[in-house]
Amino acid sequence: MLYDLFPPEFFKLSVPLAGYLILSAILFTIGVATFLFRRNVITVFMAIELMLNAVNLSFVTFSNHFGKVDGQIFSFFVMVVAAAEAAVGLAIILMVFRTSASLQIDDFDSLKN
Amino acid sequence: MQLWLIPFLPLAGAAINGLTGRKTSKTVQSAVAIGSVLLSFLWVVKTLMALMPLEERYVEHYFTWIASGALTVGVDFAIDRLTAVMLGVVTGIGTLIHIYATGYMHEEEGYYRFFAYLNLFMFFMLILVLGGNFLLLFVGWEGVGLCSYLLIGFYFLKKSASDAGKKAFIVNRIGDFGFSLAMFLIVVTFGSLDFPTVFAKAQALPVEESAGIITAICLLLLVGATGKSAQIPLYVWLPDAMEGPTPVSALIHAATMVTAGVYMCSRSAALFMKAPIAMETVAIIGLATAVLAATIGLVQNDIKKVYAYSTVSQLGYMFLAVGLGAFSAGIYHLVTHAFFKALLFLGAGSVIHACHHEQDMRHMGGLRKKIPHTFNVLLIGALAIAGFPLMSGWFSKEDILGAAHHHHVWMYWVAWVTAGMTAFYVFRSIFLTFFGEYKGHAHPHESPWSMIGPLYVLAILSVVGGYIFPIPHILEPVFKGIVPEGHMEHSMADMILGTSPGIIGIFLAYVVYVAKPGMADSIKESFSGVYTLLYNKYFVDEIYDATLVHPIERTSRSFLWKIVDMGIIDNGFVHGFSGGALNFGSLLRRMQSGEVRNYAAWTVVGVVAILSALTVFGGSR
Repeated sequence: MLYDLFPPEFFKLSVPLAGYLILSAILFTIGVATFLFRRNVITVFMAIELMLNAVNLSFVTFSNHFGKVDGQIFSFFVMVVAAAEAAVGLAIILMVFRTSASLQIDDFDSLKN
Repeated sequence: MQLWLIPFLPLAGAAINGLTGRKTSKTVQSAVAIGSVLLSFLWVVKTLMALMPLEERYVEHYFTWIASGALTVGVDFAIDRLTAVMLGVVTGIGTLIHIYATGYMHEEEGYYRFFAYLNLFMFFMLILVLGGNFLLLFVGWEGVGLCSYLLIGFYFLKKSASDAGKKAFIVNRIGDFGFSLAMFLIVVTFGSLDFPTVFAKAQALPVEESAGIITAICLLLLVGATGKSAQIPLYVWLPDAMEGPTPVSALIHAATMVTAGVYMCSRSAALFMKAPIAMETVAIIGLATAVLAATIGLVQNDIKKVYAYSTVSQLGYMFLAVGLGAFSAGIYHLVTHAFFKALLFLGAGSVIHACHHEQDMRHMGGLRKKIPHTFNVLLIGALAIAGFPLMSGWFSKEDILGAAHHHHVWMYWVAWVTAGMTAFYVFRSIFLTFFGEYKGHAHPHESPWSMIGPLYVLAILSVVGGYIFPIPHILEPVFKGIVPEGHMEHSMADMILGTSPGIIGIFLAYVVYVAKPGMADSIKESFSGVYTLLYNKYFVDEIYDATLVHPIERTSRSFLWKIVDMGIIDNGFVHGFSGGALNFGSLLRRMQSGEVRNYAAWTVVGVVAILSALTVFGGSR
């Protein structure tokens, strides 16, 4: 029964390249949209993480596709940078919240002009 | 032979005095100034000794300056007998005048500045005579013009002095423009600027091809020479140049720089001999200048102005010789003139120094007893320029008169009359200054020995310079093959006829100014029209002002300044660009809302734009 449903060929047949890339694109677009349309700083922050991971996904996909490790190495770099960015970003958010008592991103416009 | 040392030593002197002069004492400054020129003179002597008899041209190539296509211009110093003569004159008289200047300028402000400029002048003048090609000659040519400007305007707080400096510089610019055009034409025609190459190619060109172009080159060179050597129509700057200190007038505006045009024409003798029309023009310009300046010199009251017009007149004489093909006679007169005119100017400087900066001869008189040394040397200088027999000026003037007699008899008679006028105005200045009663208010005193010493040396040279430097004989190898050798017979009658104008001029001056003192005024009154014309220098300055200077000034003000500079350049370009940047910036500023999501939206728009552009145009594959 289960065998009928998932024959060995099923596991050998990989998901086509385009599938991964489409997923990556969808994730990235969600990230962009979230970044643009949500006002909460924490949500915007998560949107950035989402975009980074969407990019990571396509790195790894291409790495697998071409049989080279370069993409994976890049994705490690992205992770490291994302971790650092998360630490710094959260710290900034914390400080901003302390000074302005707000998490609405539109309230922060002191860079105007 | 290390020819470069000759100009380099004065340059080093100029650098030392110019850079350290604020801190050193006048003794050190004088030592540096005189020492550098004296060493240069000694080096010239040593070089000439070693290179004797210098029948051939000796060249030192240092490095290639310009290599552009087929044209190569090197920094070459060359020395032949013509250059040797010039080197001797420039460094020898330069040394004497430097020594004199330490006495004359002793009380002046900016002592070190004066000597720095003077040494710099020596440097450029030596480059001018040593240069082995037209371009290097031109470097020196421009450099001496610069130093002339700096030294005429030495008393720059005086408006008339700085104006005179500017006038000299601008008038010379016109001449230099002609000179540069001549060089361009030489490059186009002969493909080189080296003297031997150019002259050899000019000799090789067949007459029918070359006549037009060589005439054009020579006429343009002549334009350059009229500027530097103060000939019609560009002579107007030289009388004004007397605003400079007197040693400057002696060194630059009498003995050396102003003779550069004569040197340049003689150097280019091979070109000029191929252009008879240009030669004729040179002779006529020279003769006209000689007459015109001599007539003006007859009535001037400022002692330096008399000698300034005398210089213009004598330079005209040299150009007359050059134009007649008697190049060696021209150089001969250049050398003797350098002796006696330097002497006259320095003597005049001594008189002015004695009378506490009085230059008007009407306020002098009777100085013979008060400053006897100055009187002695000035009298010798005056005899020499008047062409008194066996003085140096007599030899060279005889040669020029002989050449004129050989070619055009009418030129001979005009030159003859000019020689008479020369004798007259020089002795007029002597009689007005040293004879009669003293009419000034100062207490004249004899100048220090640092001034009198050089004057005596120059006086000796003015007397014997004609024998000990037989220039036409010395220059024979230089002009051999270029100028046809012709023997000019000097009969006794010719010689007496040639000597007579000088004697007559001296005699007339004696009659008018010493024997019958009232006579000058009565002549002045009976010919008041002529007198006014001469006294005002034929109104040439006024004519130039009305026809050239003012129209140019008006055009510059109303068109070039108001419309081109303020309208197009300032408002169009300068303010246009800055205003444009400002407006564009204020547009861009609106994008800076300060909202993060706004920036992000711009980023997305940009990414989308780039991606769609890549999709449409195919990207970089």
